[in-house]
Amino acid sequence: MERSKKRVEAFVHGVFLILGLITVGFVLLITGYLVVSGIPAIRKIGLIPFLTGAKWASTAAEPSYGILPFILTSVYGTAGAIVLGVSVGFLAAVYLAKMAPPAVAAAMRSAVSMLAGIPSVVYGLVGMMVLVPGVRRLFHVPDGASLLAAIIVLAVMILPSIIKVSVTALEAVPKEYEDASLALGATPVETYFRVSVPAARSGVAAAVVLGVGRAIGEAMAVMMVSGNVPNMPSLFQSVRFLTTAVASEMSYSSGLQQQALFSIALVLYLFIMLINAALNFLLKRGKGD
Amino acid sequence: MAKNSLSPRRRAYAVLMKALMFVSAGLTVALVAFLVGYVMVKGVPNISWELLSTAPSYLSGRIGILPDILNTVYIVLATIVIVVPLGVGAAVYLTEYASNRRLVAAIEYAAETLSGIPSIIYGLVGMLFFCQLLKMKTSLLAGALTLVIMNLPTILRTTQESLKTVPQSYREGAFGLGAGKWRVIRTVVLPGCVDGVITGCILAVGRILGESAALLFTAGFAHSLNNFFRGIRSAGATLTVALYVYAKERGEFGVAFAIAAILMLLTFVINLSADLLARYFERRRTS
Repeated sequence: MERSKKRVEAFVHGVFLILGLITVGFVLLITGYLVVSGIPAIRKIGLIPFLTGAKWASTAAEPSYGILPFILTSVYGTAGAIVLGVSVGFLAAVYLAKMAPPAVAAAMRSAVSMLAGIPSVVYGLVGMMVLVPGVRRLFHVPDGASLLAAIIVLAVMILPSIIKVSVTALEAVPKEYEDASLALGATPVETYFRVSVPAARSGVAAAVVLGVGRAIGEAMAVMMVSGNVPNMPSLFQSVRFLTTAVASEMSYSSGLQQQALFSIALVLYLFIMLINAALNFLLKRGKGD
Repeated sequence: MAKNSLSPRRRAYAVLMKALMFVSAGLTVALVAFLVGYVMVKGVPNISWELLSTAPSYLSGRIGILPDILNTVYIVLATIVIVVPLGVGAAVYLTEYASNRRLVAAIEYAAETLSGIPSIIYGLVGMLFFCQLLKMKTSLLAGALTLVIMNLPTILRTTQESLKTVPQSYREGAFGLGAGKWRVIRTVVLPGCVDGVITGCILAVGRILGESAALLFTAGFAHSLNNFFRGIRSAGATLTVALYVYAKERGEFGVAFAIAAILMLLTFVINLSADLLARYFERRRTS
């Protein structure tokens, strides 16, 4: 009796251990697959020509696989989205966390949740129908499907994550800090930006890094508004991101071309891993002090 | 009085920053209002009973999204059924069993990593692993399994949060009465984490509804009408994938907006129920 009970306990413990380790297993699976399938093409093409080649012509008679345009487009696109999204999101977060009357704050919170929940293809669709023609007309360019349109869509898409994470960080600032600042004669606005924001800086930094991760990983919305041509990035030209490079050719590719797409995914994955490590570091530090 | 004593520079700073904050907050709200309004105005008139209740037919040129609706339901069901036991099990292990801090840190880091990986990468690995290696071909099941990996961290996190709210004294009481660990988990711990599981499920359903990049290469684009058991083994587009195909490849913007409006409504319902449930659970806990 006692023995069988112990056996059951050991068995259950084992089952839960396996379930706990599944998460780690999935990460190893994904990493393993990307490395194993991403390396062969890099080997054939050569790491330097692959990363720094400016020409991507995977279906040409003499194919050329340089992904520098994708890397730069992803970097510029993300940077642009961060500049727009963070400035609006950060200020909106300060307002929401510190100034907004409760009813306004509640309404804004649901608006932000709504923004976070809208599927990326819906952003892409609205971008296609509103933003792309808008960019074409406003700037008199032949095609509005451009890096600029992608930047705006990405900025809107990262807005909810930036606002949510910043608000959480700002709300965690001890009230005493703000009271002390007010008592010393600072105005409320000065207190928010000179006391609350610096105190919440790792949370705000985490919000920015999270936004970077979201923006660099987004595929579908960007695919619908960026024109999807492997040009070097320029604000009013059709461009292709790392994500869309993988998505757009995957369905019909084979051989070296497909292997090269896996290598692009590997490059994207490495970017994401760096961003994750930074995010983890910032969140840990935020909890630490 | 206090205001007048401020130097002009400080007053200007306050006015400027306030104005910037108002503009940013207003812009955010206006964006949401515009997006919702635009999609509804463009989409709702295109929603008809015929669209919702038929399959597309090339012969009559009719477009219906019933198969896409069903595919979405199938994939949501399959994903939730698989991911909940995995996520809850992992959470129970982390909060009840794990004693090695390094292992806990590794599992938590893995979960954070999973939640940061872009969906296109999930789609790629899902295609290689489920469709090709495990020979599932492009099917809803392969799509659902890919989504299981994606949503595991969500269920894990929400369950873990709610397990932390189960008072330690309950566990100690049960142990004191002579119950074994497994019995304590079954009778005390698991019933206590229902809140978290439900919250996690709602978040996961929202994410599955909105997902497209991970499904393009794992679940495919087919629009055929199937029952659950046939459907899960064959390729099929969910609503989001159908939206993408109709907008980008077929130029059927009316249908695309109709789907977008439906998705918008579903998002709204999901957010609302998540809010209401959170409030309900909160009230029950404090009372």
